[in-house]
Amino acid sequence: MRTILFLIRKEFLQISRNKFISKAIFAVPLIQLLVLVPAVTFEVKHIDLCVMDFDMSAESRDLIGRFEGSPFFGVKYTTWSEDEAESLLYSGKCNAVINIPSGFGRDLARGNPAKLFAGIDAINAMKGQLAWAYLNGVISNFNESIISSGMQQAKASVIPRTEVRNRYWYNEMLNYKYYMLPGILVILVTAIGFMLAGLNLVREKEIGTIEQINVTPVRKSQFIIAKMVPFLIIGLADLALGLTLGKILFNIPFEGSLLLLFLGAAIFLVAVLGLALFISAFSSTQQQYMFVAFFFMIVFILMSGIFTPFESMPLWAQKFDLINPVAHLIKFNRMVMLKGSGIDDVSKELLLLSAIAILFTTFAVRRYRKTA
Amino acid sequence: MKRFLGFVKKEFLHIFRDYRTLIILFGIPAAQILIFGFVVSTDIKDAGLAILDLSKDETTRKISGKIYSSGFFRNTGTLNGYNDIGQVFRQGRTKAVLIFESGFGDKLIKEGRATVSIVADGSEPNVATLVSNYASAIISDFNREMNLSLLSSSPVVQPEVRMYFNPSLKSHFMFVPGVITLIMILICALMTSVTITREKEFGTMEVLLVSPLRPIQIILGKVTPYFLLSFINIITILVLSWLVFGLPVKGSLVLLLVETMLYIMMSLTLGILISTVSKTMQQAIFISAIGLLLPTILLSGFIFPIENMPKIYDYVSSIMPPRYFIVIIKNIMIKGTGFQFVWKETLVIALMTILFTVISVKKFSLRLQQ
Repeated sequence: MRTILFLIRKEFLQISRNKFISKAIFAVPLIQLLVLVPAVTFEVKHIDLCVMDFDMSAESRDLIGRFEGSPFFGVKYTTWSEDEAESLLYSGKCNAVINIPSGFGRDLARGNPAKLFAGIDAINAMKGQLAWAYLNGVISNFNESIISSGMQQAKASVIPRTEVRNRYWYNEMLNYKYYMLPGILVILVTAIGFMLAGLNLVREKEIGTIEQINVTPVRKSQFIIAKMVPFLIIGLADLALGLTLGKILFNIPFEGSLLLLFLGAAIFLVAVLGLALFISAFSSTQQQYMFVAFFFMIVFILMSGIFTPFESMPLWAQKFDLINPVAHLIKFNRMVMLKGSGIDDVSKELLLLSAIAILFTTFAVRRYRKTA
Repeated sequence: MKRFLGFVKKEFLHIFRDYRTLIILFGIPAAQILIFGFVVSTDIKDAGLAILDLSKDETTRKISGKIYSSGFFRNTGTLNGYNDIGQVFRQGRTKAVLIFESGFGDKLIKEGRATVSIVADGSEPNVATLVSNYASAIISDFNREMNLSLLSSSPVVQPEVRMYFNPSLKSHFMFVPGVITLIMILICALMTSVTITREKEFGTMEVLLVSPLRPIQIILGKVTPYFLLSFINIITILVLSWLVFGLPVKGSLVLLLVETMLYIMMSLTLGILISTVSKTMQQAIFISAIGLLLPTILLSGFIFPIENMPKIYDYVSSIMPPRYFIVIIKNIMIKGTGFQFVWKETLVIALMTILFTVISVKKFSLRLQQ
């Protein structure tokens, strides 16, 4: 035990003496949190429209007015040339083109269905889909008002209708910051754990100081634990910092138990650090380590469901995510922070994380060789 | 020239001997393309939906059946009371709960109005929006069917929507350009900055500096292999996305490759710049990884559209080269537009290249310690 404590002290000394790293540990997550959390949003608010009104009737003007009134759309260009509209779409100056053909108002007045053409820039599939949904929303509003104005008051009330009311729990206004912050926190903790711990060990190898430890009676497990503990503490400190900032700056709700959150994060860090030390045992230079680590981080993060819903992934990807600690912690964080899930609700995530942690740490201890 | 070639050969040897890094260098883009193509998807299918039926009549059963048979939803349970809602949400499998008010069917017949509430789990805003939109659509479908005879002749606007550039709404149209941009930052900026600082940290830079090679030759010799490597990598990505997803280059391939070379040069000068300001490899890694990689992913418009961010991010991201390159590559690859649509972006990247070169030359000193 004493040996481990001395080794841990040595690690902390080394970290604190490295001016750059000791600052980066806290400055980098801070800046990232401040910059990234407000930036990452899937909200689609300003869809720039180019309108071609070939009809110029009261109905078409009413519809255009509705688009202008919608918070999602802005009519930026009006033109009567299809070529011009197309080139605006190609140059990215507008996101969607609406073409109201002549005869639109006449058809509606006669009680017939009227046509409307819309072209949407869908390079970003998500954005295209949402633009489509909003467009449909405006049009069905318009339709309803036509129908109700055309019918007698008495007749309209006879038609039985199911009314739909929408509500969103835990995040009434669908604020994306609430959704992203728990995820970004996980990425920051992962980056710190993965990068710092692994690079630290490989650096010792690369400059040869690891030999000085190898000739002492320090045992393998002691050495690995001493390499893990400082970064575990730093990771948790970063998490605490991130949570405090999130509360102060973005007013992120915190429903669950703080203790539970840190318990999950600690188990997660052990898993990540174990993997980092395991990989570093295979690498002989920092450059090499960095690339392998990047590979794992990119795969873990992209497959974790941080940006896209977990349920939309194919089954094999969901199976793979059983050994992806990042996926578990992101899910865990969101559940505990936003919904106040208790230990019973997240027991599956905790158990899986623990299993991964034990697995990776065992690998790391077994793989580490004292012989050069 | 002969000296220079010898030096380039030495650098190539360094790279090839480290086969693990080499594998990863080609593995990362391949893995990313495949993950983005097959895993990252924003479609909703089989979303968990629970029902709280306070009425339990013919109509509510009909609506529930219609919803579960739509293919978008999966039944995650029937609830008995309002208190259950919080519980199923906390367990996390249920994305939305449908609540039929009590006496739903009766009200619908007698008063002509009945209310169903959709409560969605807002902790995942995208899923929540899509799920409640889908459920609403199914319910209004039900309304229409119910009143088919009454509404068939009514005047309605029928929109015909055409999705430009990406008719089947595939996400890789967005991601392939993004991955290319990312990989180049990774290989060019990161690798060069690390190899140069490595020589500094180990003191072998001294050896190179006292050799007859001129500093410009040393730097050029360092970056040439990476220039070639990243170029091969880009070709690999293009071929892969063409073979696996059938994503062709719509515009001029030559123009695309020329623009790519310009962007590679820009990234290389950026890498050199990073190496002149950092003393250790760890520093270089930190600056390029956290200062370049994450902002490239998040602020370049690769995943998150810039237009929707707060205004200030628009300004911040306008000093980030990837933003311009993504526009160029999207225009040429997907929209198939020509040079006249991208000359402004090209100019910005060219100017940035010159700027980075000037700063690096000024900062580069022959002596390591002053």
